[in-house]
Parts: sequence; structure tokens; C-alpha cells
Amino acid sequence: MTVDAVIEVEHLSVKRGGHVVLPDLSLTIERGSVVGLLGPSGGGKSTAIRSIVGVQRIESGTVTVLGLPAGHPELRHRVGYTTQSPSIYADLSVRDNVRYFARILGVANHREAADRAIETVDLTDHANRHARELSGGQLSRASLAAALVGDPEVLVLDEPTVGLDPVLRRDLWDMFRALADAGRTLLVSSHVMDEAVRCDRLLLLRSGRLIADDTLPDLLARTGAADAEGAFLALVEAGVS
Amino acid sequence: MNPGRTLSTAARVLRQIRSDKRTIALMFGLPIVLIGLLAWVYADTGLFDQFGAALLGTFPLVVMFVVTSVAALRERTSGTLERLLSTPLGKADFILGYAVAFSLMAIVQGALVSWFAIVVCGLDVAGPTWLLVVVVMLSGLLGMALGLFASGFAQTEFQAVQFMPATVLPQFLLCGLLVPRDRMPAVLEAISNVLPLSYSVDAAKEVSVSADPAVASDFLIVGAWIIGALVLGSLTLRRRTP
Ligand SMILES: Nc1ncnc2c1ncn2[C@@H]1O[C@H](COP(=O)(O)OP(=O)(O)OP(=O)(O)O)[C@@H](O)[C@H]1O
Ligand SMILES: [Mg+2]
Repeated sequence: MTVDAVIEVEHLSVKRGGHVVLPDLSLTIERGSVVGLLGPSGGGKSTAIRSIVGVQRIESGTVTVLGLPAGHPELRHRVGYTTQSPSIYADLSVRDNVRYFARILGVANHREAADRAIETVDLTDHANRHARELSGGQLSRASLAAALVGDPEVLVLDEPTVGLDPVLRRDLWDMFRALADAGRTLLVSSHVMDEAVRCDRLLLLRSGRLIADDTLPDLLARTGAADAEGAFLALVEAGVS
Repeated sequence: MNPGRTLSTAARVLRQIRSDKRTIALMFGLPIVLIGLLAWVYADTGLFDQFGAALLGTFPLVVMFVVTSVAALRERTSGTLERLLSTPLGKADFILGYAVAFSLMAIVQGALVSWFAIVVCGLDVAGPTWLLVVVVMLSGLLGMALGLFASGFAQTEFQAVQFMPATVLPQFLLCGLLVPRDRMPAVLEAISNVLPLSYSVDAAKEVSVSADPAVASDFLIVGAWIIGALVLGSLTLRRRTP
């Protein structure tokens, strides 16, 4: 057991719709790191994330976040979460959405905090627009702002960069890095393999099993591949469990 | 429970309603149009004074039920509920936030519809007018509470809307408007003795015929149903889902 483990999953098993989605997942995430949760569609990324946030009904195993069981009331303002499909109110402006979440999270100076979070995701110019008038990428950024506004210690983000152009993606990853440098811990899922470069560590999840838990250089050395995508394919083809 | 979170949820819900002008028009306009139509239908019969008040209490129930259940269901299907329940927001804050927001709507609706029935359609009310407003408002609140509860069992907006006739029409048949309750078959009378709409209709009738209406027990029963449905509604909220 690592001393500074922020997220610790042990022998987690989850069933959804009668099927075993995660048979036996164990992983540890350290403070101050940006960890990428990668893998093909249907691999169980969202299910793992939901379990860590404490909204997933689990079969067995333990999930510990900041030393407390996942979903513990004390964690609710210390863990920020964005769902895969942007979950904000379509009939409210971006600003009203973020302000509402700020108030729910008990943020001091919630107006200023909301404006800062909106600025961080580069939506200041659209702050007064209704969420239903936003593009897909803008919507997911608005959803991200609603998680950032509480300045949580742990951020668990389900595909926050999907549908974004390279410039925005770079900016967001720069921000994730800055947050980690400031002591926050981030778990970010993605199926864009080239985002692996920006992570301290990679978790490759396929059919509910972790087929790699490594840094990118180690992963490349181990598989002899040129990039994360190659490494992933090599692992799949080698049938590594 | 936390008053700040409850009130910010209520403010958020009201802001959402405000952005949907057509729904506001339907919420306030529909019961008025229906009462106007009813007065016209009864124009040459003198029956409006007999049934008007009782029917006045049923229209807000229907409208509030649909609006609330669809609004709450949207919250479940859009992922915002999952997200909210991962924050410090309590289940009671969520339900009460909705209750406060829609109560305000029910109060405005009750006042508007009663005013229209009395002043424009000439409904004769023996009791105090404000009591009639309370009856209509309570009926709207009942619709709100039942709608919130029902939304817990709907997976789609289609289902949510269908729950309206399923919960409201049987109550309407049994509430004593078609046949006085004491002249129904014993089994049906017993059922109607439990259902809340029977008591809003009783209260409305009482207010319309008596100068000093005895409505306390009716109000109590309807109030108990409202609170009961809100409590049950909060039980349908799950922090962990499959
Ligand atoms: N609500 C649900 N009910 C039943 N089964 C589900 C549900 N959600 C997901 N599953 C199943 O669980 C498995 C893992 O899904 P999950 O959403 O965790 O994958 P994912 O890695 O996030 O995929 P994607 O990259 O497409 O988002 C899939 O096989 C899926 O069919
Ligand atoms: Mg997913």
C-alpha cells in the first residue's frame, strides 16, 4: 500500500445489466498525479469512474478515496466529477449552471469562483448563452467548469476532452498539469491514445481488466512500440491479462 | 438538509421554468381556459355554481402533475441528478427545492384561476374567497408532490406523462363529482375515503356552499398526502445506481 494513495481500488467487481463489467479491478493513484484511464469503448472506463465517485452500485471489493470509502458524505465536496455526457441544465445559461453548482458545493464568493471556472475552460464569451445553444465541445467544457468551481482535491473526469480541437485539448491538459502541480489528483478517461503523452501514468482497461498500469516510457520499452496506440495494440495481441 | 442548498435548488428550478415561456403560458393559461369553457358549457343551466368550485380544484392538479413529473424525470435522464447526488446536496434539499419552486407556481396559479372563476365567470362562493384560493393551491401542490413521486417510476418522458391519467383519472371518477361518495358501492366509497382528491373536492364544495366552511380536516388530509408523497419521492432518489 502506497503511503500517499489518494484513490485505492481493491478487488472491485461490478455487474451491470446482469453482465460482469469489472471482474476484479485493483489500482492505486497517488497524490499530485494525472492518471489516464484509457481503453476501447465498452471497456469499463465509465463504470470504474462511477465506482470511484461512489455512484455505482458494486458487487464486491473496496474503493477508498482520500482514506474514506467512495461516496462517503465527507468526500462529496472534495471530489469533483464530470459524467461522460455533459450533465448541466440545457435551459440555463453557462453562468447560472456554474453558479448553481458553486452554491451546492458551498463555495465562498460563488459568483467570482464561477466566473473564474468559466474563464479556465475558455467560455467567458459564451457565459450568458443557454447551454442548449452550445456546441458539443463547449457543452463538455461547461460541464467541466461546474466540477472545477469547487476546487476539489480529486478530479475524476470522464472523457472531458472528447470533441475538442487540438488547441483546446492542449490548453485543458496544461490546466490538468497545473492542478496536479498544485497538489490536486486527477483521473481522466479518454479513448484518444495520443493524450497518453500528457499523463504521469496510464491505466489501460480492456473488457474490464487492467492490461497495463505503467508510465508511457516504461510501456513503450516493454512493448517496443512507438506510441501508446501501438503499445495498446501490442498488449491486446499478446493477450496479456 | 441545508436551507441554503434547498433555496438555491428552488431558485435554479424557477430559473429553468422562466426560460420556458410556453410552459409558463400553459401552466397558468390552461386552467383558466378550462374554467372559462366550463362556465360557458354550464351557462344556461345554473350548474356552474354547483360544480364550478369542485372542478376548479382538479385542473391545477393535472397541470402541476405533468409539469413536475417531466421536470424531475429530465433531471434523472440528463445525468444532472447523478451529478448532484455526488455533491453535498441532500436528497431532502433536492425534493424540497422542487417543492418550494413549484409551490410558488401553485400559489400564483391558484390565485389566478380563482380570480378568473369568481370575477370573470361569476362563480358564486358562499365562503371566504381566500379559502377557495387555498383549496385550489393545495390541489396544485398535491399534483406537484404526486408528480415528483411518480417520476421515480418513469424511465422516459412518455411514461411520465402516462402516469398522469393513471393517477388522476381514477381519483377523478371516485372523488364524488360524478356520484356523491356516500352513494357509491361500499368498496369504492372506502377507496375514495383514502384518496386525496376526494378531500380537495369536499373542501371546494364546502367553501362554495357554506358561509363558515369546515375544511380543517380536509386540508389536514390533503396536506398529509402532500408530505407523504414528498417523503416517498425522496426515497426514490438513489445515490448509487446499477
Ligand atoms: N446502464 C447500463 N446498464 C447495463 N449495462 C451497462 C450500462 N452502462 C454500461 N453498461 C455496460 O458496461 C460495459 C462497460 O461500459 P462503460 O460505459 O463502463 O464503458 P466505457 O469504457 O466507458 O466505454 P466508452 O468509451 O464507450 O464510454 C459495457 O459493456 C456496457 O454495455
Ligand atoms: Mg465511458
